[in-house]
Amino acid sequence: MDNTTTPHPALQFFRVVRRLLGVWYAFMLTYRFEIMLWMVATALPLIMMGVWIEAGASGLFPDITAVSVARYFLAVFVVRQVTVVWVIYEFEFQVNSGRLSSNLLTPIDPAWRYITMLLGEQGARLPFFVGVVALALLIYPAALRGEDGSGWWLPSLWQLGWFVVLTYAAFTVRFLIQYTVAMLAFWFERASGFDHLIFLVFLFCSGMLFPLEVLPDGMREVLMLTPFPYLLWFPATMLATGDVELMPGLAILAFWMVLLFVLNRMLWRRGLRHYSAMGA
Amino acid sequence: MSASPADAAPTVIADGLTKHYQVADKKPGLAGTLRHFVKRQHRVIEAVKAVNFTVAPGEIVGFLGPNGAGKTTAIKMLTGLIAPTSGKAEVLGFTPFERKAALLRQLTLVMGNKQQLMWDLPALETFRVNAAIYGVPDDEADRRVKHFAGLLELDKELTQPVRKLSLGQRMKAELIAALLHHPKVLFLDEPTLGLDVNAQTAVRRFLKDYNAQHGASVLLTSHYMADVTALCERVIVIDKGTILYDGTLAGVVERFAPYRQVTLDLEREFTEDELITYGEIEELNGRTVRLLVQRDTLTTTVQRALSDLPVRDLTVSDPPIEEVIGKLFASGRDQQAEELPQEKPEKAAVSP
Repeated sequence: MDNTTTPHPALQFFRVVRRLLGVWYAFMLTYRFEIMLWMVATALPLIMMGVWIEAGASGLFPDITAVSVARYFLAVFVVRQVTVVWVIYEFEFQVNSGRLSSNLLTPIDPAWRYITMLLGEQGARLPFFVGVVALALLIYPAALRGEDGSGWWLPSLWQLGWFVVLTYAAFTVRFLIQYTVAMLAFWFERASGFDHLIFLVFLFCSGMLFPLEVLPDGMREVLMLTPFPYLLWFPATMLATGDVELMPGLAILAFWMVLLFVLNRMLWRRGLRHYSAMGA
Repeated sequence: MSASPADAAPTVIADGLTKHYQVADKKPGLAGTLRHFVKRQHRVIEAVKAVNFTVAPGEIVGFLGPNGAGKTTAIKMLTGLIAPTSGKAEVLGFTPFERKAALLRQLTLVMGNKQQLMWDLPALETFRVNAAIYGVPDDEADRRVKHFAGLLELDKELTQPVRKLSLGQRMKAELIAALLHHPKVLFLDEPTLGLDVNAQTAVRRFLKDYNAQHGASVLLTSHYMADVTALCERVIVIDKGTILYDGTLAGVVERFAPYRQVTLDLEREFTEDELITYGEIEELNGRTVRLLVQRDTLTTTVQRALSDLPVRDLTVSDPPIEEVIGKLFASGRDQQAEELPQEKPEKAAVSP
């Protein structure tokens, strides 16, 4: 290219990511009303909170109280807002319509477009979900004040720091799972069908419907070897109580990240050979 | 064109380039649907069959053929979007399918039926993303956008959402996005598709200007012959995956139209039966008749017409390129494919 300088690759990459984030944020803001609807669609943890506050107050489950489940599900709601991933639908559409072609012809991996798209969406969601959490605390102030004797809900800086790290680790794993399954769009017209199946497992094994403490110990230990508890339960529990086994959890997270990344790149390379750039 | 194509190493090489697709066939109706669900019937389509051609630096080549001829498939292989079944594609010394960043920074693909602009945002936002991706500094990108927009007569349209633009405005904005990084090789697939005459003219002028300024190689497909005649000195004609002709635009007429168009303005009206002996009647409109006359009999036919008919005016011209290409596709294509091995197009002889 003429009249252009070549900046340091890291600076160049940072500039691309910054620009993509800005554009996707602007893009998502054009869908303000839709974002509110999407928020409602992801409010399942708040519904479960209502159900489990009753269960916690009943004394049926010795390990949980109404306040502890309220805090847990509020934390789940926050984690869920950051880990909403729908790359499979976007990717499937792009493969089936041939729209992937224009992304393939630019000198950055298309994955960065999807990652920044999702991060941009998180930015657009932020004011809404902060409002929803504030409203939930207003409706059920016991979660904040700790009327069961547990005291005010004031997570330590250590907890908050790890909560942020684990939440974005959850986002990374969720993205890798869905983006890897999305690669099947190169072979199957509706790869999203596979994700529906995975979402069912996710619902039951991630802590979305119930805190994993209510499961028998043996079952929970097996579950902890899968990626699903790390998508919600692990970061949410870090914020709610801080009572998680951090190092083993990080090791398992790292294992799944590496495995999914390798699988993803393998399917990407093979899939491109199947890509027919339809309609293009 | 600014470069001297004949002397330079080619920027685009297709060497025995071949692509076979496997497609699933489904018969209509419930029975067909159930059969398709249980056991799919596949067949192989030979979209491109061992084609060979090169494009030199600075050259604009028209890539012509009817729908389904294999043009777009060949372009997809040359841009690296799909892998060839066999043969070699090479662009600027790179294998396109490897998608090396160094190559991607130097080529572009514009598809008239596809867009890269973000639909809900102003085109300027896409330009800014592209500037970052291609490492064009912001001030330089602004200068280029201003220059291109001036040539394409765009201004305020660039700050309104793309979805609000007309087709012509959108296509112009697509061109700016595609050329912002000053690519050396342009693949243009129907860039004027659906545009009105003014927009088509503006796009052609813009492409010609870009080619002259940057010495870029261009491979252009278009169903509008005006695009081809305005931009291309050389054309490659492809049909059913096989190249029928590769040479100058003027050569298409020489090779595939061994006849001249004779237009007679007569003093009175004649019937078709009275005029048929002079040549193939293309058009008879009152006292004006347009005839196709074989080149080897042109002189005697004109002499005969002047002596036998009350001629007020007589014009001899080449037939329009659109008609020649149209006839080429419509008549005896299978025969041509057999008779015209692409390596030796000069030996071809085809009746219109």
